[in-house]
Amino acid sequence: MSTLTDPPKAQFQLSMLVNDTRYRSLTFQAIAALVLALAIWYLGNNLIQNLRAAGLNISYGFLGDPSGYDINQRLIEYDSQSSHARAAVVGILNTLLVAFLSCITATVFGVIAGVLRLSNNWLVSKLMAVYVEIFRNIPVLIWIIIIFTIMTAVMPGPREFRGDDATSSMVFDLFAFTNRGVYIPMPWFESGLFASTTMNWLVVLAALALSFFVMRKVETNATKTQEETGVRPNTTWIGLGVWLVPVLLVLFLMGLSWEVPELKGFNFTGGIKIGGPLIALWFALSIYTGAFIAENVRAGIQAINKGQTEAAAALGLRPGRIMNLVVLPQALRVIIPPLISNFLNITKNSSLAIAVGYADITATLGGITLNQTGRAIECVLLLMLFYLTASLLISMVMNVYNASVKLKER
Amino acid sequence: MKNKVILGALTVAGLAAGAAAAGTLDDVKARGKLNCGVTTGLVGFAAPNANGEWEGFDVAVCRAVAAAVLGDSTAVEFVPTTGKTRFTALASGEIDMLARNTTWTFSRDVDLKFEFVGVNYYDGQGFMVPKELGVSSAKELDGATVCIQTGTTTELNLADFFRSNNISYEPVPIETNAEAQQQYLAGACDVYTTDASGLAATRATFDDPSAHVLLPEIISKEPLGPLVRHGDHEWGDVVRWSLMALIAAEELGVTSANIGEMAAGTENPEINRLLGAEGTLGEMLGLSADWAKNAIAAGGNYGEVFAKNIGEDTPIGLARGLNAQWTEGGLLYAPPFR
Repeated sequence: MSTLTDPPKAQFQLSMLVNDTRYRSLTFQAIAALVLALAIWYLGNNLIQNLRAAGLNISYGFLGDPSGYDINQRLIEYDSQSSHARAAVVGILNTLLVAFLSCITATVFGVIAGVLRLSNNWLVSKLMAVYVEIFRNIPVLIWIIIIFTIMTAVMPGPREFRGDDATSSMVFDLFAFTNRGVYIPMPWFESGLFASTTMNWLVVLAALALSFFVMRKVETNATKTQEETGVRPNTTWIGLGVWLVPVLLVLFLMGLSWEVPELKGFNFTGGIKIGGPLIALWFALSIYTGAFIAENVRAGIQAINKGQTEAAAALGLRPGRIMNLVVLPQALRVIIPPLISNFLNITKNSSLAIAVGYADITATLGGITLNQTGRAIECVLLLMLFYLTASLLISMVMNVYNASVKLKER
Repeated sequence: MKNKVILGALTVAGLAAGAAAAGTLDDVKARGKLNCGVTTGLVGFAAPNANGEWEGFDVAVCRAVAAAVLGDSTAVEFVPTTGKTRFTALASGEIDMLARNTTWTFSRDVDLKFEFVGVNYYDGQGFMVPKELGVSSAKELDGATVCIQTGTTTELNLADFFRSNNISYEPVPIETNAEAQQQYLAGACDVYTTDASGLAATRATFDDPSAHVLLPEIISKEPLGPLVRHGDHEWGDVVRWSLMALIAAEELGVTSANIGEMAAGTENPEINRLLGAEGTLGEMLGLSADWAKNAIAAGGNYGEVFAKNIGEDTPIGLARGLNAQWTEGGLLYAPPFR
């Protein structure tokens, strides 16, 4: 009789790293990581050696020095005596401004075009198809330049508004459309509660916030009444009052006035100037990315079973309400994830601003500062850091939103 | 630095790459071609002609250096650079020298580690406005919109000028001269500012040059000259003395017409040394004895190059002014060839 013995304990052998499937993948990953680390080390070391050989070093001291150049669009105080760091902040704010505006308008364009492309109206759906295909398939840089060139060539210069026989005139005497940008009246407060304009606007915002909370209360009550009686009270007029009265009261108390742009010297002065480069960049990014979003929206809608539409129609809902109440809410979970990528693309594509002279972060820190100080590596590292941070933040915020609309599985 | 022993081989490789970049003269000879950085197109200074050949005042410097080193003025690869890319192109070794109306400044020389080998054009920053604006002085430009090539010294001078005169302006940053021209002509800016020579060159290409005026103010000193990387002194010497040979040739009366007979030997020992009939100047530079003769023969002496590309008989129509020989009351002064 033979006795059963335990199977011999598997001895770990070096060859198992390659031959044993349990270890093989780890082995190759470890090798790849090592090679990658070596490559990075080699490149970094090479950079340091070459910089040292050229007598250069890595230093961020230049950020505190006066920049020496002016920027045409600035959301914060800045002049040529401000530091390079402040110039970078001006650029960052400009980048965020154009990215924010473009994200909103691109979404609007995209949703409209995406929905209309599925329209039963042949002409409308084909027009939208043409829009999507044209804008999606031509590089955004070309669009930026086309729009900017058309603007500068077609719109009149400020000179043409001058004199008795001016060839151009302001629209309603309030708006001036020129090849340098659009000038619109600027609101300001004659008797603001605070000395600072920003604080006064915060008061206006506070009034709006108040309206928002009151309105929510009204809606909750309406829902409650509806649940109890089956009839929803009409809140339209109450809503109008709640939204308008506090704001108008605040604006009136602070003495809202308008500063109208007027032609003085070489340019229009006063009012708010929306610069040509900003318009070109904003519009180009919006219609370009809007075409991509339109396809996402179409995909999202087509992903919803037609039975849903038919069921909703059987309940007596009209097409508009079917879209808003049944189809789009479900389509959102298909639409949102690619929408996040499109928002990231807008933010990154805004770096093409330099093509039209828009002072974004790539133009200030990555352009003029880099060139005036010669600190290419430092500036590019900062640029990378900024875009990475901005992208991750956008992505984070949008993912939170996505989590709130995605299909809840239990 | 501990791991230097283990990965020493890699470090050596890195250093070897660095050392190779230092011997630009040998590189150029081995390559048989000079890589010369120029503008992306400024008529008179550097622009391709109808046949696609680069020509102009800055281009002539490139050709003279190529002729001195390689004996062939056509052995040049022209690399167009913008105000923003030029220094990176030079520092990284993409080009051997930069001849691109670049202003010699302290920080470029010292901090950016470049070496300006001389001045081929003494310039200053000016302003161009349409005549119909009725402006006669730059001090009347309060509130004007100004087109400016971004990343240049002119950008900094402009900010200084308006600040010190307590007037305001709005900059319109643009990348290249061609773009500036388009914006300016479309009326997107009231004023175009750059070096006065550049303004003259740009205006010459307009349909109606007389509708535009250059304002009298010159708000800065802009000594323009070729530059090379810092630390490669042999190469720096070659470029410097090629430029000086052109300047000295004008002073000594050596022209592209008479250079053949003068190279055979003259009464003037400096001409003989310059053209290689006497002494060993070429050998000292690591070049052939007829280096300067080739450089001058490539496009003529400084005066000929000037007259042919930007002088008063050309559409650009620049007077010699400061750029006359020192003997004629100008600033051009080549150190002695001995």
